[in-house]
Amino acid sequence: MNTLFDKIWDAHVVTKLEDGPTQLYIDRLYCHEVTSPQAFEGLRKRGLDVFRPAQVCCMPDHNIPTLHQDKPIVDPVSKKQVDTLDKNAKDFGVQYFPIGNAKNGIIHVVGPEYGLSLPGMTMVCGDSHTSTHGAMGAVAFGIGTSEVEMVLATQCVFQTKPKTMRIRFEGKLKAGVLAKDMALYMISKMTTGGATGYFVEYAGEAVRALSMEGRMTLCNLSIEMGARGGLVAPDETTFAYVKGREFAPVGEAWDKAVAYWKTLKSDGDALFDKEILFDASEIEPMVTYGTNPGMGMGVSSSVPSIEEMEESGRASFAKSLDYMGFKSGEKLMGKPIDYVFLGSCTNGRIEDFRVFADFVKGKKKADGIVVWLVPGSWAVDRQIRQEGLDKVLNEAGFELRQPGCSACLAMNEDKVPAGKYAVSTSNRNFEGRQGPGARTILAGPLVAAAAAVTGKITDPRML
Amino acid sequence: MDKFRTLTSTIVPLPIENVDTDQIIPARFLKATSKDGFGDNLFRDWRYDKQGNPIKDFVLNDPTYKGEILVAGKNFGSGSSREHAAWAVAGYGFKVVVSSFFADIFRNNAMNNFVLPVVVSDSFLSEIFASVKSDSAMTLTVDLEKQTVTNNHTGKSESFSINGYKRECFLKGLDDIDYLLSKKDKIEEYEKGKSLL
Ligand code: SF4
Repeated sequence: MNTLFDKIWDAHVVTKLEDGPTQLYIDRLYCHEVTSPQAFEGLRKRGLDVFRPAQVCCMPDHNIPTLHQDKPIVDPVSKKQVDTLDKNAKDFGVQYFPIGNAKNGIIHVVGPEYGLSLPGMTMVCGDSHTSTHGAMGAVAFGIGTSEVEMVLATQCVFQTKPKTMRIRFEGKLKAGVLAKDMALYMISKMTTGGATGYFVEYAGEAVRALSMEGRMTLCNLSIEMGARGGLVAPDETTFAYVKGREFAPVGEAWDKAVAYWKTLKSDGDALFDKEILFDASEIEPMVTYGTNPGMGMGVSSSVPSIEEMEESGRASFAKSLDYMGFKSGEKLMGKPIDYVFLGSCTNGRIEDFRVFADFVKGKKKADGIVVWLVPGSWAVDRQIRQEGLDKVLNEAGFELRQPGCSACLAMNEDKVPAGKYAVSTSNRNFEGRQGPGARTILAGPLVAAAAAVTGKITDPRML
Repeated sequence: MDKFRTLTSTIVPLPIENVDTDQIIPARFLKATSKDGFGDNLFRDWRYDKQGNPIKDFVLNDPTYKGEILVAGKNFGSGSSREHAAWAVAGYGFKVVVSSFFADIFRNNAMNNFVLPVVVSDSFLSEIFASVKSDSAMTLTVDLEKQTVTNNHTGKSESFSINGYKRECFLKGLDDIDYLLSKKDKIEEYEKGKSLL
């Protein structure tokens, strides 16, 4: 009567401290340049080596420019972080995909692409969207830099076992509704703190029907409702995705692995601390209207009115609408926007580019708006070109940039100017996230494509 | 690290809910490669305008409020896992953050930097905000041994929870890595068992 989460967790317990956390074994540690320098420095100060360098994979993604990656990084502070990771990776002998390397990209896009993230694993990274890798049927979660240091030094972290929640999406999604819409819908119902303390298993007909890319999008956003992570039980879709990837097991090891992976599901009588059920057929293409991902609604709905809010939340609500320049109770459809961003570890995968390209095919980019199309990795970029999507995009007036986190958190040059509106496929619409004063409307790749050709907030099903 | 037993201090009130890590420390300040200096940019965009001038009515710029205890609205520290948020809070000089709810990762990060997150009930939190409104010099006492927090303005106390292991770490000033390193044999034993699977 165990849940999938329990099974993977229990298989990784080294010890459990009395009245304390669990010492959990970590199969893979991912590091990027922003949250790792202090951890490597900590090792040096303590005179330690990386305990299991073969289980550590590093790549820069947050700071890297999305144009001219062959040239040195202009911003001296960004450059220093990336150079520091270069040096740390070399000094400590861990796996490393530097800028310009064919395998570079956003960690959460790259890990699954090369079979580094596999079912049944425990994976961590100093990054909250590590939850993405849960789509493989794994326990993956974000940690802080002190914890990165712990894993570098001992391949273990201390964690308190989270509670378990199952979220089922029964029924079928309507045409034009994507995994991102499921996630934004879910967060709008759950609120940004609604799953704090829980690890979520996604299940139900609509989840089973998702591709691996779709599952990654859904698991990616788990953290936006406060969950420690999210996962989907591995199935034939998973095995077909993993098979043949560079670091995936082969031959006899593959057969053995699949036999084990097939046991990774919640038992029929498993008890969850909390169960939630959504009707997938209710979900509309979503947009956010406020400054946290929980402030979402169907694209044709109206912003909730302030009177509907609980007293204690009204000040934050008003502050948020004020920042966005929206009014309580108004409709957003038809509002002009300035920027569109397709990319990030939420929606920077091949499927997202297919959806976008398919929609804009034969149409034209709206005048006066800036559109950043940023593949999540070089592998995605290669596939875009292989499938000829780059030509479709070019004909419609769009250009591809080079892979990286880009405008998702605007640590590089890709910043949305103050006061401007961006329809963004990323995961956070916090104040200033895409640049100081930038106004972010989160959406899926279809709503983004519709905005890119109309220059307005548009229901893609109307075109 | 310093040991922590009890602390009595005036407070800095921030009665805003869902304060996320991007507000605590905006992403553009994440480029440092050491842990120092983050306190200067704590709540940067609420604290300073675009020209870098202090925004007068933000609480950190208001000389009426100071102290080593930050009291914040529900769901403090949501968003990114950046430990920089905890470094900023610690670097500014806070030793305790009180709220009725913390995001998980922030809570862990805070503890790993010897900032004690104290969870109180919603009503206890509202009372603190009410007390400080009527008396900006009011104090809170956090007693880690007894696991209580007291509003010295009203005299009311509430107990808070923390696991025994972390409590020991705070009381003794020890960190997790010291402990894990002492368990290497256990880790190797685990790895052996695993490869036989
Ligand atoms: S794409 Fe955005 S959310 Fe994903 S890892 Fe990069 S910065 Fe974080």
